[in-house]
Parts: sequence; C-alpha cells; structure tokens
Amino acid sequence: MTNEYCKKVILDIIADIAPDEDLSNVKPDVRLRDQLQLDSMDFLDIVMELRKRHGIEVPEADYTRLASLDSCAEYLTPKFNALAAKS
Amino acid sequence: MASDFHPKPHMNLARIVITGVGLTAPNGNSLQEFRANLLAGKAGIEWLDVRYMGRLLAGVCHYDPLKYQTRKEVRVGTRAGSISIWCAREALADGGFDMASLPRSRTGIYIGCTEHGNVETENEIYAISKFNYDTKYWSHYHNPRTVANNPAGETSLSLGVTGPAYTIGAACAAGNLGLIHASQMLRLGEVDLAICGGVSESIHTFGIFAGFKSQGALAVNDVPAKASRPFDRARNGIVVSEGGCLYTLERLDDALARGARIYAEIAGYGVNSDASDYVLPNPTRQAECVRKSIEHAGLKPADIHIVNTHATATTLGDIQECEAIRSVFGQGCPETFINNTKSFIGHCMGAAGALELAGNLPSFDDLVVHPTINVDDLDPACALPGLVLNTPARAGRVDTILNNSFGMLGINSTLIVKRFVA
Repeated sequence: MTNEYCKKVILDIIADIAPDEDLSNVKPDVRLRDQLQLDSMDFLDIVMELRKRHGIEVPEADYTRLASLDSCAEYLTPKFNALAAKS
Repeated sequence: MASDFHPKPHMNLARIVITGVGLTAPNGNSLQEFRANLLAGKAGIEWLDVRYMGRLLAGVCHYDPLKYQTRKEVRVGTRAGSISIWCAREALADGGFDMASLPRSRTGIYIGCTEHGNVETENEIYAISKFNYDTKYWSHYHNPRTVANNPAGETSLSLGVTGPAYTIGAACAAGNLGLIHASQMLRLGEVDLAICGGVSESIHTFGIFAGFKSQGALAVNDVPAKASRPFDRARNGIVVSEGGCLYTLERLDDALARGARIYAEIAGYGVNSDASDYVLPNPTRQAECVRKSIEHAGLKPADIHIVNTHATATTLGDIQECEAIRSVFGQGCPETFINNTKSFIGHCMGAAGALELAGNLPSFDDLVVHPTINVDDLDPACALPGLVLNTPARAGRVDTILNNSFGMLGINSTLIVKRFVA
C-alpha cells in the first residue's frame, strides 16, 4: 500500500461523513480540521469507518495521528501493509 | 359547585392563538396541499419495504430535508429531528417570523412523540449483526440520536433557540399534548413564543409494524389508498405513518402587536387517563376527557361544530370512541359534524393530533368539513349523527373544532380551538 492509497481511503470516508464538503483541493500537509468542517464526532466516524471497512484499529492514544492527510498516510500505511502481509 | 374538571376560578388566563403552521403529511407538505387533498379525497398511503417484514402499507412523507438541513445534518440526525426542523421552519415562515429577530431565549419548543429511539436502536443492532454483534461497531451517535428530547433538541440546534426545548411522551395523544403544554407555558409566562405540536418517524422501525401485527391490528389491503378505513365494516387495523405538524403559538397581545395572521384561538382542552388497561381504550374516560375540554372552553356540546375523531380503524377502538362521542354529542347537537383524518394519512402516531387539527383549521374560512373516506359499508356501531362520509360537507357555520387524540396506557387528550374573534 502507498501513502496515496491511504490518503484516498481517508478522503473516501470523509466524503461519506461530511457530504457537504468540497474535497477537490484538500491540502495534505494542513490539519483536516483547519480546512474542513469536521468535529470530534466526525473523527470518531473516521476511526469507526477504518474499523468497519478496512479492519484497521486506531487506539485513542493515536487519534492525533489522523490530523492531516499526510499524517494519516504516515500512520496508516504500515497498518495497511501489515494487514496485507497477513492475508 | 364546579365539577372536578373546572379550571380554578381565580386564574386569569391569557388568550393563546395559533399564528403559524408547518407540516409534512403523507399527502402534503404544506397546509394548503394537505387541505386540498383532504377535500379532494386523496389519500397518501403507499407500499414500504420494512426490514424483516417485507412490503407493508405505510404513510410516507416526501418533504425535501435539504431545504433546511445540510446533508451532514441529515446524516447525523434522526428522521424525527429532520421532520421537526422542517415543520418548525415552515411554521415560523408561515407565521411571518423574522429569523434574525426571533426571540430565541424566550422561545419554547414542545414536541409530542409517541416513541423515540427505536429506529436508531434497531438500525444499530442490525448494523452490528454484520459484525457478529461486536459492540465496538456500535455508533457513537447512538445516544444523542436516541435521547427522548432528540427531535426538540435538533430543532433548537437548527434554530439557535436557547429557551426550553423538549419532547412530551404521550403515545398517540402526544400531538395534542404539544399544543396544550405550550398553551400552559405561554399562560405561565415561561416563554413568549412556542413552537409546538407532534412528530413521528415510526415507519422506520419494524417493531411498531410487528407489534401491531402481533396484536392483530395492522391494516391489510391490496389497494393502498383504501387501507385506512375507520368506521367501515371491513376495517382491519392501523396504517402506520410518519409525519409532523408544528405550530407557532403566542399570547394574543403579542400576536396582535406584530400584526400576525391568526388561524384560531385555543379554546380549551382536557387530558386524563383511563387507568384501566395497557392497550384497550376506555370510552367512559374518553367521554370524560371530551366533556372536560368542553367545560374548560366554557362551551356546551352543541357549540362544537367539528369533532375530529382519533379512530384508527381497529375493530374495537372505533366502536369505543363512537360510544364516547355518542354519549356527549348523540342528542341535541344538530350543527356538529364528525370526521376522521386518518382515513387519508393513516396513523401518524405522535404527529396525529397536531396534523389532524391542521387538516380542519381551514374550515373556519371555507366552512367545509373534510370527510372520512373509505367508508363503503358503515359499521352500524359507528353510525354517529353528523358523520361526514366520503365527500366533504358544507357547514352552516364553523366556529369551533374539537380534536380527539388517545394513546396507549390510557392517555386521552382533547383540544378545542375556536374561530378568532377580537
């Protein structure tokens, strides 16, 4: 899995949980909350959807790692790769 | 000597008036559309696919939630919340309120509900069934979606109203209770504007359909528009519907000061309890409730020009309400018409009382009484004098409307509104 794949995973989830948002120009290095109308419940949605759709667990202590697309990719890529290696 | 239900003689009651109506019904999304369909005999029942149960008859509303909500708000909130927001916004617009100057801290939101939370709980249980019932997949939105005040709370969020906002649980009497409670709060001076009535999202839970089916009280018919048939000999149960109707209520002085259009004045009301059975109605207590409302309004039965029945098309329930109505209006009421709105829209549960009142309000202007449709073979036990069957009736005068709504666990409510006369 690549960083770009992980970013797409996150954007796909955000498209569903925040359907009013324009995601065509999300800056990967800027905090998602600073450029989109997302609140703490929305981040719980992202965590839930990663669990439901991809079997990825994000412990509460790691929630800050989901701050931006870049940080998501950095955090999630090894997890996706670990899952892929198991299957 | 005053009877048990006479209001306390020392109370100086402010006059309360209806100044705005917002609604969504299975056959209309505005009072004008709803009324036109009631006069045209047009029902709003359709087939609905219900989880675990298949295709069933239901009343479904077709308002546009995105008129007043973002897509995210629709996703995060509940159907009852969405219906409430629609109705509240429509009522405020209809009432001529300027959203910029809405007295938000002096506004109360009082919404009647038959039940709330079943839809979301069923959805979550179904969702985690796909994950071997592992509760870590249970939504973090479950609690805010299922708290009993959810519909009122979502409305307060949408409007920025900071006054009291809560729901009133009163089974299928709840729609009337919303208006009654609002009148009381206005008279107490707790608020200056009340947004009140009732809503229901019940068609989105299979449980209510399954429950009525287990009771032998779920309507079956090959033709949806013919399914809800109170008073007809072939009636076979309830058509479950969703819907909502919220009003703006104000003290008369406030309404006059802002030049508001006044639909009607709250004349009186009665609320009591059967204290006799979980589900079976009690005609003695129902009649008592009706008499209580008439006395509260300072009227006599003959002064009531329209009686809108609660009848849901169950075999026993219709007969028992007719028995109650006959005992009050059976003799000496030549100007009293009787009708039923559920024959068009099914049973909108917590919204029923509020919606059914709205369907009759225009009678003050057009002097027409909408009928009870689908009565092909009138049950003799339901043959009340003044019952308007299948086509509208023209009334000599309509100065008062009495609206019955009764609910499980024996909660009864009767609301009377009257033509506004300065």
